Amino acid sequence: MPKINFVLPDGSQQTIDAAVGQSIMEAATANLVKGIVADCGGGCSCATCHVYVDPEWVAKLTPADDVEQSMLEGAIDPNERSRLSCQLRMSDALDGIVVHVPAAQF
Amino acid sequence: MSELNVDSTVVIVGAGQAGGEAAAELRRQGFAGRVIMLGEETQPPYKRPPLSKAYLSGAATQESLYVMQPAQLDKVKIEFRGNTKVVRIDRKDKLLELADGSTQKYDKLVIATGGRARPLPLPGADASNVFVLRTIEDVQKIKALCEPGKRVTIIGGGFIGLEGAAVLVKMGLKVTLLEGLPRVLARVTVPEVSAFFERVHREAGVDLRTGAQLAGFEGTPVNAVTLADGTRIETDFVVVGIGLIPNTELADAAGLKIDNGIVVDQYARTGDPDIYAAGDCTNHPSTFLGRNVRLESVQNAMEQGRAVARNILGKNEPYQTVPWFWSDQYDLKLQTVGISGAHDQIVLRGDPATARNFAVFYLKGGKLIAADTVSRPQEFMFAKKLVAEGAVIDPAKLADESVPMKSLATPAA
Ligand SMILES: Cc1cc2nc3c(=O)[nH]c(=O)nc-3n(C[C@H](O)[C@H](O)[C@H](O)COP(=O)(O)OP(=O)(O)OC[C@H]3O[C@@H](n4cnc5c(N)ncnc54)[C@H](O)[C@@H]3O)c2cc1C
Ligand code: FES
Repeated sequence: MPKINFVLPDGSQQTIDAAVGQSIMEAATANLVKGIVADCGGGCSCATCHVYVDPEWVAKLTPADDVEQSMLEGAIDPNERSRLSCQLRMSDALDGIVVHVPAAQF
Repeated sequence: MSELNVDSTVVIVGAGQAGGEAAAELRRQGFAGRVIMLGEETQPPYKRPPLSKAYLSGAATQESLYVMQPAQLDKVKIEFRGNTKVVRIDRKDKLLELADGSTQKYDKLVIATGGRARPLPLPGADASNVFVLRTIEDVQKIKALCEPGKRVTIIGGGFIGLEGAAVLVKMGLKVTLLEGLPRVLARVTVPEVSAFFERVHREAGVDLRTGAQLAGFEGTPVNAVTLADGTRIETDFVVVGIGLIPNTELADAAGLKIDNGIVVDQYARTGDPDIYAAGDCTNHPSTFLGRNVRLESVQNAMEQGRAVARNILGKNEPYQTVPWFWSDQYDLKLQTVGISGAHDQIVLRGDPATARNFAVFYLKGGKLIAADTVSRPQEFMFAKKLVAEGAVIDPAKLADESVPMKSLATPAA
């Protein structure tokens, strides 16, 4: 089971096990990670699953498509490491990925 | 009103998205007492939107609909009991009576009973091949009949009917969609947007008929639908999507105030200080709209569910939100924010008559109060901000595609 490390806004860390194929958002909500709101349940319609991917992991991810990119531009404080965690599927290659939870979701 | 501690029990009636989110938020907020969720359906809380989208098409599995898998619920000590219908609330003894005759005590109660699909008031509507579309079981029954070439008649041109039509026509069925009013989505949007959706469905091969007055069904099981003008539409099965009836009977029988939903205050509390309510079953005061409203949306279920949990824990946070909603049909993503209807001006960005993406902005006295966007996620996201701020925006700029939405969102731009 690949692990995901969430860094919360207060600097604390929460490490959880994800299943291969599960999205980072699904793993987060199933484990009650605070700050991953995910109101639309993975529909790429709400942007309340916004995360900042740790720099060393960014290149390992499939790039965001147009819809995700456009949604992100309207999120709170987006930057070049911003992703919608519902669009990031876990694989063994992502074991140990570090993502930062923003202070607020929209 | 009693204070909660580790020995306290919060019981949630209704294991939909509102109930599920209330339970999850109680735990996220560190509540250490018991959380019991009683649901009439067999499944743990699940997402309904995919029922008329990816689950109907076969792209999503049943388990992927679950908000939390049963093992995960156990892990965080959310006691979910399915197949468990609550039949009475005894407010005096703070006790619930269940369908099997047993009882369950509560310190705080959350009513999140949602709603049920409105049945068609027509003889024959109870036939074995006439379906509504609200639950996993409903969709399983529909899916069992979905073969290319089969004829389906969908009654109702609301979001669920239109989403169903999009999926079924793509699966190769012959789809007829009947809407009684002169246009689809008539209650939620302007004629321009209705005409757009009518066009794309017809282009995809749906036989979409507006102003269609149903007369009756023929055969048992049904083999034809007849219209008032004498038209006869042969069909293999029927899907009815004509709205929702809020499940308020339990609250009503307990003497709680009902008015198109269970009436709650801005803290999602009913008139009983130990009973809260959230989701499709509630009618709440909306600061944004300046009136009471009952919403049927995932956003409302989730946000009000969280508000309930936080207020049970004494946070005293008013539930104030700008409503938003989405619907996926074909390759199109409709996203709406605010509620149109009170507007005095509409502004188009893009052309719904020819394109497959555009936005409609609704202004009132120059202020942006709502927007419908189709495959324009960026317009949606910025409109969401601007509507929340009650921004006054130059209509000419809104209509001008060369002015980026982003620049309109910057204060004093
Ligand atoms: C096909 C479909 C597609 C949708 N698509 C979208 C969409 O794209 N976007 C969007 O925003 N919204 C969509 N919605 C609406 C959204 O799913 C609902 O607003 C949301 O699910 C409401 O959640 P809820 O928890 O309030 O109610 P519900 O989901 O209705 O849950 C209530 C639960 O309580 C149970 N219950 C009722 N009475 C009792 C009792 N006495 N004892 C025990 N249990 C009881 C019910 O069985 C039910 O499981 C869609 C709905 C449907 C049906
Ligand atoms: S969960 Fe809504 S966009 Fe990711």
